Amino acid sequence: MKTELILPKSPEVENELTTIEKTVFSDYKYGFVTEIEADEAPKGLNEDVIRFISARKKEPQWMLDWRLKAYRQWLTMKSPDWANIHYPAINYQDIIYYSAPKQKINPKNLDEIDPELIRTFERLGISLEEQKRLTGVAVDAVIDSVSIGTSFKGQLAELGIIFCSMSEAIQEHPELIREHLGSVVPISDNYFSALNAAVFSDGSFCYIPKGVRCPMELSTYFRINAINTGQFERTLIVAEAGSYVSYLEGCTAPMRDENQLHAAVVELVALENAEIKYSTVQNWYPGDKQGRGGVYNFVTKRGICKGNHSKISWTQVETGSAITWKYPSVILKGDYSTGEFYSVAVTNNYQQADTGTKMMHLGKNTRSRIVSKGISAGFSNNSYRGLVHVSKNASHARNFSQCDSLLLGDKCGAHTFPYIEVRNNTAVVEHEATTSKIGEDQIFYCNQRGIDTETAVALIINGFAKEVMNQLPMEFAVEAQKLLAISLEGSVG
Amino acid sequence: MLTIQNLHAGIEGKKILNGINLEIKAGEVHAIMGPNGSGKSTLASVLAGRKDYEVLEGSVEFLGKDLLELSPEHRAALGLFLAFQYPIEIPGLNTINFIKTAVNEIRKSRGESPLDAVTFLKRMKEKMALVNIEQTLLSRSLNEGFSGGEKKRNEVFQMAMLEPRLAILDETDSGLDIDAIRIVSNGVNKLRNKDNAVLVVTHYQRLLDYIVPDYVHVLYNGRIVKSGTKELAFELEERGYDFIKNENTVETV
Ligand SMILES: Nc1ncnc2c1ncn2[C@@H]1O[C@H](COP(=O)(O)OP(=O)(O)O)[C@@H](O)[C@H]1O
Ligand SMILES: [Mg+2]
Repeated sequence: MKTELILPKSPEVENELTTIEKTVFSDYKYGFVTEIEADEAPKGLNEDVIRFISARKKEPQWMLDWRLKAYRQWLTMKSPDWANIHYPAINYQDIIYYSAPKQKINPKNLDEIDPELIRTFERLGISLEEQKRLTGVAVDAVIDSVSIGTSFKGQLAELGIIFCSMSEAIQEHPELIREHLGSVVPISDNYFSALNAAVFSDGSFCYIPKGVRCPMELSTYFRINAINTGQFERTLIVAEAGSYVSYLEGCTAPMRDENQLHAAVVELVALENAEIKYSTVQNWYPGDKQGRGGVYNFVTKRGICKGNHSKISWTQVETGSAITWKYPSVILKGDYSTGEFYSVAVTNNYQQADTGTKMMHLGKNTRSRIVSKGISAGFSNNSYRGLVHVSKNASHARNFSQCDSLLLGDKCGAHTFPYIEVRNNTAVVEHEATTSKIGEDQIFYCNQRGIDTETAVALIINGFAKEVMNQLPMEFAVEAQKLLAISLEGSVG
Repeated sequence: MLTIQNLHAGIEGKKILNGINLEIKAGEVHAIMGPNGSGKSTLASVLAGRKDYEVLEGSVEFLGKDLLELSPEHRAALGLFLAFQYPIEIPGLNTINFIKTAVNEIRKSRGESPLDAVTFLKRMKEKMALVNIEQTLLSRSLNEGFSGGEKKRNEVFQMAMLEPRLAILDETDSGLDIDAIRIVSNGVNKLRNKDNAVLVVTHYQRLLDYIVPDYVHVLYNGRIVKSGTKELAFELEERGYDFIKNENTVETV
């Protein structure tokens, strides 16, 4: 008899695990500032600042009008207060809304990019160079507000795929932008989306033509660099009928004492039979052990399954930010469309997370799946908030939700707020929730096998989060596993 | 290899071990028998370094080191292995991944480089055959949903993979049918050599037909009240623990 060994899904991930100990360190690894001359807007927000941003970006009139409309709308709105998060009022006049690294020319290839910027990316562990091609990743890197270089455009262009910065898309593909921008997350959707529409500085645009399967993972690396610059990026992905794309978004911010506002908007449009997979690893600076500093991450992410049989899948690993407020959602408009939300949210020290999803079932036979894994440690608070809505016409809609919480220690909180609205009696909606603690006996069992407590915790939480981690593309899974361990460093034992 | 002297220990203010003395030399197999609640698992936990147990008095030397000073993972790295009476489940943690981490962490603390995938797999297949464990079991989450017997077999498999100097088997026979006992014992016997030792904790003589001990000790009320050779196990089997209890009450009066 031949015995073939079934290897666990990703052996490389395991090798990483065994070296987690080496990579566990207490200081925030990404806390450094790149010395680059910046071209900044004056502090504060008013119509002139918006005109300044628009002018800097040489935008057409319609874009400026759109921004101004959003700004005026925003002035009439109030910051939301329903989430389970607490923070002092933000002074919007104390923020710099535009900060661009100064560059003499528009880079055509990597050689033309400021070497200091490239070094920043290298320190972050990503490189724009040829190695990435080998791993099949095209990177659109965003430092602060301007996208500095996009690789593999040529290869993608041959397939008719557009992958560029939002600014460039506004110049080069105005018809696509005008059609889709704000079509999923309207200007007036919420306070932060309105703010974003008014002041967004850059972001990524991705367009996959009919029937094309994007041959590589598309990736954007966001980073807040300068002091007191809010980052308001805007991402739009349009997948035409029968197309497929997997998009990765990684976020890292350097250590800062001031709180920094991050209010991004991501919109996804999937037409008939199209599929969009959107993965995020978010480790913005979470603040220090006493809860000082850290990023406020107030993000609106939403996709629409416009066509029949389309699919949108959100996967997120949220380890950073002082406060996370985000609910990547799917509007299931097309019949037989599918929405998925896989999330791991880790909070430690004084971090707060209120995150979840909305699945809006509008079409018939639509399906959604929600898997949320919350891990809380220290004095942190971690809330899952999810809405499953089945409208009157959405016959035979199905949802399954699984929300698990894992607690490390007894000073942290885990909360689950599931909202279910069903207007059609053929719907099947299932919700399961568990809360558990890492047991002393689990840790001792690992210890007895020679595994120290830090590594044991990493193994246990990665086990807990596995179903979500398995959804991540390989390149991210390794980093994400390390991040889980790092962000919980020192919370047990 | 292991010298326990006058060991007193307890938990949450409750005293459980009342002066254990035991000496185990390389190459030997010792069995500890005794009625439920006599402190067998407590002794095993104290040796392995479980935090919630408190050592009140006495000393334990293992391979020339003061065992009680060491962290549990350090003891494991030194070569102490405990097959748990109730193995712990860790949902989502792949069993192979867990064992590989254990093997490499122990290697690391000894200053050795991690096993490469090929060597690891080779060793794994070899040991799988030894304890007759299915690879499908090892591809599942650690002990999650394993039957009692599967958990015990997994314990012995881990022991085989880690090649400890001293293996403590805490009631590894309970929950196993007779065929499984034979297979597991066979595995243990094949791992025996002149440099390692085994401490078998059991309440039945049955297991000792397969893992033949050099010495048998009877633990009662946290003390070793009788020691002998394997014949003592037969005597216990025949007469039950009552005679020990009676004898012991008489002695202490
Ligand atoms: N965690 C604990 N808390 C309180 N008492 C305990 C604990 N663990 C064991 N004991 C007690 O210690 C005694 C010895 O238990 P144990 O070592 O498990 O015995 P054995 O393994 O010989 O059956 C028993 O009376 C048991 O109830
Ligand atoms: Mg016991």
